[in-house]
Amino acid sequence: MVQLSILFGLIVIGYVFGRIAENNHYKSITQREEVYLRLPCTTNKLPLQTERKILRSEMVRGDVVISVDYFKRIVAGLRALVGGNVTTYETLVDRARREAILRMKERARGADEIVNLRIETSSVFKGQQGQVGSVEVIAYGTAVFYRAVLD
Amino acid sequence: MILTNIETVPGKSIVECYGVVSGSTVRAKHAGRDIMAGLKNLVGGELVGYTELLSESRDEAIERTQQQARSMGANAIVNVRFSTSSVAAGASEIYVYGTAVTVE
Repeated sequence: MVQLSILFGLIVIGYVFGRIAENNHYKSITQREEVYLRLPCTTNKLPLQTERKILRSEMVRGDVVISVDYFKRIVAGLRALVGGNVTTYETLVDRARREAILRMKERARGADEIVNLRIETSSVFKGQQGQVGSVEVIAYGTAVFYRAVLD
Repeated sequence: MILTNIETVPGKSIVECYGVVSGSTVRAKHAGRDIMAGLKNLVGGELVGYTELLSESRDEAIERTQQQARSMGANAIVNVRFSTSSVAAGASEIYVYGTAVTVE
């Protein structure tokens, strides 16, 4: 009985705090994404503005490790029984990817565009029963700085 | 040292190519961080300790790659790739590789 109530308590804590954390994170992601809308980011290998002279280029990267909460892990565990979309993990990797891209853009201050964006995902450490406890996402690309239009 | 992850350095031309350079680090997190991560694993959210750890080890791997390139006499590394693998539970290997070149 005690064990059951502890488990239930953990689920409730996970649900409440996980929910708050996720909502806050999504809010900050959408806010910051608006700021960086003007910085084009492509998976092309060539810069978009071929006629402009390039001043310099530099590799930028952004990485983040995000963990899933206890409630979601339980839900995903149940989901594994019947199969189908594990929505709880979908939002986890979505948040991690968008955050990594944002961090990369933040480091590319003053760049005109980022080419050859690559995203890599790996699970850092596994939770109980071999489930994914957290994901690491790294986004990297080459930031291109154009020469001023005057010359 | 210029690093890019495309085949060329935009706006510059490659004059000499030296071949592949690489650097790797294997890092384990310390127990304190592990406990914090365990707690964070309950409520979800970013594991700042791990993010820092992996970021630092990636910087270290890049630094080693650059040293190798410098010793060859290169001034740029093109087509840089990252790769991560977990060697053992609690330790991960970060591997960085690219092609050392001279540009002008």
